[in-house]
Amino acid sequence: MAETTQYSYGTAIRAAFEYLLERYPEVFVMGQGLWSPWYVGNSMTDLDKQFGAHRIIDTPVSESACTGAAVGAALAGMKPIVVHPRIDFMVYALDAVVNQAAKWSHMVGGQAHPGVTVRAIINRGGEQGAQHSQALHAWFAHIPGLRVVMPATVADARDLLIASALCADPVVFIDDRWLYDLTAELPPVKELELAAEGPRVLAKGGDVTLVASGYSTQLSLEAREELANKGVGCDVVDLRVLNPLDAEPILASVQKTGRLLVVDGGWRTCGMSAEVLALVAEGLPVGSLHAPPRRVTLPDAPAPTSRVLEKAYYPSRQTVVSAALQLVG
Amino acid sequence: MGSSTEWSDLGDLADPSKYHEPLDIAGRDPEVLRAQLRGMVSIRLVEQHLAAMRRDGHIGGPVHLGVGQEGIAVGVSRFLRSSDRVFGAHRSHPHVLALGSSIHRLFAEILGKDTGLSRGMGGSMHLWDEPHGFYGSVPIVAGTVPLAVGAGLAAKLQGTDDIGVSYFGDGAVEEGVVQESLNLASILKVPVLFVAENNLFASHMHIGLRQPFNATARFAVAHGIPCEVVDGNDVTAVGDAAERLVDRARRGEGPGFLEAVTFRWLGHVDWRDDVDVGVERSADDLALWRERDPIARLRGAMEAAGQWSVDQQESLTSEMDREIVVAWDQAMADPWPEDSALLDRVYAKRGGVNS
Repeated sequence: MAETTQYSYGTAIRAAFEYLLERYPEVFVMGQGLWSPWYVGNSMTDLDKQFGAHRIIDTPVSESACTGAAVGAALAGMKPIVVHPRIDFMVYALDAVVNQAAKWSHMVGGQAHPGVTVRAIINRGGEQGAQHSQALHAWFAHIPGLRVVMPATVADARDLLIASALCADPVVFIDDRWLYDLTAELPPVKELELAAEGPRVLAKGGDVTLVASGYSTQLSLEAREELANKGVGCDVVDLRVLNPLDAEPILASVQKTGRLLVVDGGWRTCGMSAEVLALVAEGLPVGSLHAPPRRVTLPDAPAPTSRVLEKAYYPSRQTVVSAALQLVG
Repeated sequence: MGSSTEWSDLGDLADPSKYHEPLDIAGRDPEVLRAQLRGMVSIRLVEQHLAAMRRDGHIGGPVHLGVGQEGIAVGVSRFLRSSDRVFGAHRSHPHVLALGSSIHRLFAEILGKDTGLSRGMGGSMHLWDEPHGFYGSVPIVAGTVPLAVGAGLAAKLQGTDDIGVSYFGDGAVEEGVVQESLNLASILKVPVLFVAENNLFASHMHIGLRQPFNATARFAVAHGIPCEVVDGNDVTAVGDAAERLVDRARRGEGPGFLEAVTFRWLGHVDWRDDVDVGVERSADDLALWRERDPIARLRGAMEAAGQWSVDQQESLTSEMDREIVVAWDQAMADPWPEDSALLDRVYAKRGGVNS
C-alpha cells in the first residue's frame, strides 16, 4: 500500500508546486510576493530558494503585464503559473485572462492554446473590507475558454493545481485562505487530466442536496454533520471545476433527494448559485422537487470592515443548517 | 535635470514636407534592396486589393490597412527568423506578410474561410501563422504587448537566442499595460523588440491631442530601454536600427525599442482616406505624406543607381497583380469552416495529461 503524507491545504499547494517544478522544466511561476513569506501563507515557502529566482519570479506591481506575459510564455511553449495573492488585485489583469487567454484557441482556429494557470487567492475576513475580500469565481466561470477550478479539499488543492498546470487550456485556479489549515493524509501524486474532472459527491444523505465550491463546501460538510444529528441526511456535491460545468452529478443527486440548497461564497445575482439552480430547473422533469430550491450566498453588497457587519455578511454553518431545515420543514 | 526633448520631440520626422527625396542606398546590397522593394510592393498591392474588395462588399468585416507603412515590417523582418515570436495588433497584414506568410491564406482568413491563417476563426484582426514566427495579432489596443514580453521571457528560459517582437501603435503607449510591459521587460532583461509604429493617429485622433509629446520613445528612456527613432518610411533606416536592437536582444542584453515614424494613407478602418472624420487629418497633409512614400523613395534610388528600371517595376507589378488575383479567386472558392468549429475550438482537444 502506498504511503501517505500529512498535508495542510496550504502545504498541499506547495507540494504541487514542488512536484511540477521538479518534473517539468517548462513550469515557472510569477507573481507578487513570491520571495516573501508574507503574501501566500505557507503555500509557496522557500520555493525560490529551492528552484531559483529565475523560475520563481517575484514581480513588479503589474498584475496586467505579468498575467499577459504568462499568457505569452504559455503560447511560446512554457507552462507558467501566475499568482495573484488576492483576487481583487487581479481585476487589473482581466484583459489578459478574458480577452486574450480565454479567446486565443478559438480565434486562431484551435491551432494554439495558452496553457497558463492563473492562481488567484480569496483572502477575506479580518476587517479587510471591500477590496480585499471578493470571491469572483462566477465572473470567470462565465467566460468560455477558461477552465475554472476551486479546490475545497486538501487533495484537490494539490492534485487539481498539478492538473491545472499540465492542462493545455488556460485555467483560473482559485484557492481560499480560510481553508489553509485543513489537514489530510494524501497518497502520492497521481496526475489527473483536468478535462476529465468535475463535480463530486463528497458525502451522502437522502433528504437534501447541498451544492457548493471552495470554502462553502467545507461549510456544507460541517452543516451536514449537524443536520445528521437532527435526522436530516444531506448529499454534499463539491463543484470542483466550475467551468466547463458538468451538471450530471448535481442532477443525479437532486433527482434522488428532491431538495436543493446551493451554498456559494459569492454574490447572489448572476452568481454561481443561480447557474446551479438554472441547470437543475432545466435538467430535471417537472415534479422532481419536493420544495422550491434555495440558496445561501453573500448578500448583494461589498464586504464590510466592521467586525459586527462582517459576522452578518458571511454565511455560517448555522445559516446553512437553517436553510436546509426550511427545505425539509 | 534639464528639460531635454531629445526623446520627446520627433522634429522633422513628424513634418510631412520633409524626407521626400530618394533614399541613400550607397554601399547597400542590391539583392537585399530588390527583395525589400518586392516585399513592400507586394504588401501594398495586397492592401489595395483588400480596400477595393471591402469597398465592393466582398469582405464582410472591418479591415485595417497598412498602405504607406510597408517599410517598417519589411525593414524589421529581415532580421527575424521563424523561431522568433512576433505579435501584432489590428493593423497587422503587413507584419504577417513580411514574415513570408501566404497571401492566399491571408485572403482566406479575411473572408472567413477554413483555409485561412486562423482557420477562418479570426478574420483580419486575429491573424496567426506560428510556422512563420507570427504568434498572433488582436485588436485590443496593447493587448499583445505583454504577451510578446512573455514569449521573449520564454525564449530566455528555454535557453535559446530567439526574441519576442511586439508591434504596436502610438495609441497603445497610452494604455497602462504598455508601461507595465516596458518596465517588466527591462527589469527581467527580456529579449524583446518593441516596435512602435508611430503614424501620428489613434483611430481618428492626432497624437497632439492625446499626448504632450509626439515621440513615444520617451517611455523607453523612462524604463531604461535602449531606443532608436527612425523614419519609418525608409526601409534601410528601419532595418539598420532593427538589426542593432535585435542583435543586442539575442546577445542577452535585454529589450530594445524602435520607434518608426510613418503615416497611413487610408483611414483607421477600411478603404476611405478619412480626411473628413479625422481630427487634424487634412487632405494637404495626406498629399505630403504620400510624397514620403517608402516604395517610391527606394525605387527612385535604385533606378538612379541603375539597379532597377521602369520595365522591371512594371513587370513586378503585373506579376504581383496576377498572383493576387489567383490567390483571391482561390480564397473565394475555398470552403467555409464547419458549424462544429464553433464549439470544437473553445478548448484544446483532450489528449491526456500534459497535452
